[in-house]
Amino acid sequence: MLGAGRQLVKNPMDMTQESIEKIKEIWQALKGVEDPEIPVISIVDMGIVTDVTIDETGRVMVEMTPTFTGCPAIEVMKKGIEKKLSELGVKDYRVALNYKTTWTSNRITEEGRDKLEKFGLGRPASHEGEPGMEAIASARCPHCGSENTTLKSVFGSTLCRSIHICHDCRQSFERFKPV
Amino acid sequence: MNKEAAKELMLKMADDALIYGHRLSEWTGIGPILEEDIAFSSISQDKVGHAWQLYQLLEQDFGMPDPDRLGFERKESEYKCSQLNELYTRDYAFALIRHFFMDHAEFIRYSLLRASSYESLAQLAKKVRGEIKYHVLHADTWVKKLGAATEESHSRMQAALNEAFPYALGLFEPGPFEQELIDSGVFIGEGQLQAEWLDEIRPIIEESGLQLTSNTEAITGGRSGNHSSDLAPLLEEMSEVICSEPGASW
Ligand SMILES: [Zn+2]
Repeated sequence: MLGAGRQLVKNPMDMTQESIEKIKEIWQALKGVEDPEIPVISIVDMGIVTDVTIDETGRVMVEMTPTFTGCPAIEVMKKGIEKKLSELGVKDYRVALNYKTTWTSNRITEEGRDKLEKFGLGRPASHEGEPGMEAIASARCPHCGSENTTLKSVFGSTLCRSIHICHDCRQSFERFKPV
Repeated sequence: MNKEAAKELMLKMADDALIYGHRLSEWTGIGPILEEDIAFSSISQDKVGHAWQLYQLLEQDFGMPDPDRLGFERKESEYKCSQLNELYTRDYAFALIRHFFMDHAEFIRYSLLRASSYESLAQLAKKVRGEIKYHVLHADTWVKKLGAATEESHSRMQAALNEAFPYALGLFEPGPFEQELIDSGVFIGEGQLQAEWLDEIRPIIEESGLQLTSNTEAITGGRSGNHSSDLAPLLEEMSEVICSEPGASW
């Protein structure tokens, strides 16, 4: 099993000041790794990175959870993380993909949602664990901000997008699906 | 956990996802309308993603060969997909009915697996279920639409349903480790799944103006590696590229 046999330092009380600083630095650096399908938003804002830890041997572990199981961008993101870690001078690291934390669109930060909208992608509606039909169908138009929109298709140009029409500015738009 | 039992369960799920995913992908570029083209392509991509994740768990936790070898380099009799998924796609009505039967079954299967004692599978199930929800939504929309649109659409949907239903019942063909899976809490069992599935699809079929045939006997065999004549040509097509240059790295 992933991570089995290695004692991860989870409790901040057990960590050296040095490790705490290093972890902060890594989180900051990972904000520079983009989601290749939406290059305006970082994998941190997307909520794809779930944990950064350093074990007693000094090895860095970055854990990530995919947005969609068939997401073709995940390998690119993994390589992006590895590159960043090397740039920071981290020699011993492991980037692991797992489902310990389930990715949902609720994980996208507020800053991330703003960036999506500026990019022209409607923001996903927040939901309580599971999006109902209401959350799936109702979307705010990223062009004019109108809520007077209709769901056209739940499948868009990538796995994470649905297609909607705005009745006010009369344009169609894509929106990040609530999942 | 009984490893052989869990392996058997995961392998049939992965094979179902891969073969069904391939059948769905056949609509890429030839869908009746562009949106349907995109929908089938997206759903297909999800399914192949699910297959990949399951094959990967099989490699990681059970020491099986890597996902590419499992997916593309086994003998026909080693595949555990149900016959429903391997049947060649007769027409659009058949594609939709299979999609409807299969995705409702998948949605319930993964919902139930969230409680699995096999933790990696339970974690994956949570994720996959959220994706299948969109697939079910798509299937329901079109079954309702075409079940009641015109006389021709209705009769073609009903004919497809009549042909696919016995195969759909074959989805729940019990495996050799049914009791072990239930006892160890890995999975609640095909019987329970089938009962919940029937409860779920019945009202939608009725609302669509379609009818389920009664006293239908399941067409089984896929789970034990006995397949229809449609699987061999499909596997040949799927592995064409890999077999053109065995051992090549991509
Ligand atoms: Zn608008």
